[in-house]
Amino acid sequence: MNLSPEEWQAIWLTLKVAILAVLGSIPFALGIAWLLAYSRIPGKLLIEALISLPLVLPPVVTGYALLILLGRHGWLGGFLDREFGIVLAFRWTGAAVAAGVMGFPFLVRGIRLSFDAIDRDLEGAAATLGAPRWLVFLTVSLPLALPGLLSGAVLAFGRSLGEFGATITFVSSIPGETRTIASTIYALLQTPQGDDAVLRLSAVSVVLSFGSLIAAELLLRVGKRRLAR
Amino acid sequence: MSGIEFRARVRLGDFNLDAGFTAAEGVTGLFGPSGSGKSTILRLIAGLIRPDWGRIVLGDRIVYDSAAGIDVPPHKRRVGFVFQDGLLFPHLSVRRNLLYGPWVRRMGRPAALARTVEILDLARLLDRAPRTLSGGERQRVAIGRALLSDPAVLLMDEPVTAIDQERRAEILPYLELLTRESPRPLLYVSHAIAEIERLTGDIVLLKDGRVVEP
Repeated sequence: MNLSPEEWQAIWLTLKVAILAVLGSIPFALGIAWLLAYSRIPGKLLIEALISLPLVLPPVVTGYALLILLGRHGWLGGFLDREFGIVLAFRWTGAAVAAGVMGFPFLVRGIRLSFDAIDRDLEGAAATLGAPRWLVFLTVSLPLALPGLLSGAVLAFGRSLGEFGATITFVSSIPGETRTIASTIYALLQTPQGDDAVLRLSAVSVVLSFGSLIAAELLLRVGKRRLAR
Repeated sequence: MSGIEFRARVRLGDFNLDAGFTAAEGVTGLFGPSGSGKSTILRLIAGLIRPDWGRIVLGDRIVYDSAAGIDVPPHKRRVGFVFQDGLLFPHLSVRRNLLYGPWVRRMGRPAALARTVEILDLARLLDRAPRTLSGGERQRVAIGRALLSDPAVLLMDEPVTAIDQERRAEILPYLELLTRESPRPLLYVSHAIAEIERLTGDIVLLKDGRVVEP
């Protein structure tokens, strides 16, 4: 299978965007999953619904929301631009933000389910042995949730690879900057000679997505074995 | 005094606990049917549950006093807790389970390690993963782990109940040896009176969340 330089560019860009999206969202996902699993804050249901919103909302709406929030003249985007010179709109980093938001529910869910599966007495045992709460988290909860985190991360990664609607709305489809596999395919479909390239890139998509799903499932199995007593 | 002084009231759903007792050094048995509040008392002492009202003194340290607003967090109570099903850390080897307490307290390698491993016959198990251990082996490791954190008091919640009948006979001698060697107070929870009588004559009888006279 011969891929053109433009197609390679789209593949690398897609991978780069997805990796940044996942790595960037892990700290936030950990924090929120911890709040949902361990704290007694009110309004958990609302937080959960808000995080899962990108799963059911039309992606174009999520993209539009990002544009309003993080665009150069957006509420947060304007501030980031003025104070730190950070611009996300129409940049590949913005594509990573869009992909991160779309993959976020998978990540939070993976971590949260792992936290919920841990016997609270196991953490209690660690506490009675002399570990303060933060150390219990680092030495018991987090290692036991690691397979769930990795599995969620791989699913979020897979979701990021296929992101289209929110991405094209928020950062458009600029070759070399924000033109990922999905938006390349979409662009190619608008031209008469694009069929072969569409087929090639679709095949790449299938392979990458299939690989992510299998990896996620394998990680979950490792996790189950780890928790077995 | 150097024992345990316990007095607490707590409401947990439908269950009401309102109990008080003192336990001297050595072994005290907490005996009663399931649902009588035995495990709840151990959890209150360890700080894993907070009472609505009460006062808990371990040796010369007040770890909880609702009137005085004292509530020492579990990691500072120096309580060695042995749970019914061992609750070893599944991701750590037996050795690292045993050394977890000294490690999180930054105490260095405990001098008692060799003797503890010897008494509980753990030498062959040190590099094994908890999931590969039998029920009896797991409980021995759990007891060793609790001891090595250098607790002021030991709490054992049905430590042999999850083990089948024949294997129980293997672990009780370890407990007897242990209680002879260690002067610290030990609260031993069980619903089997024979098991308790083998270890001690000091028994607190519980029924429906209250202490009853024998």
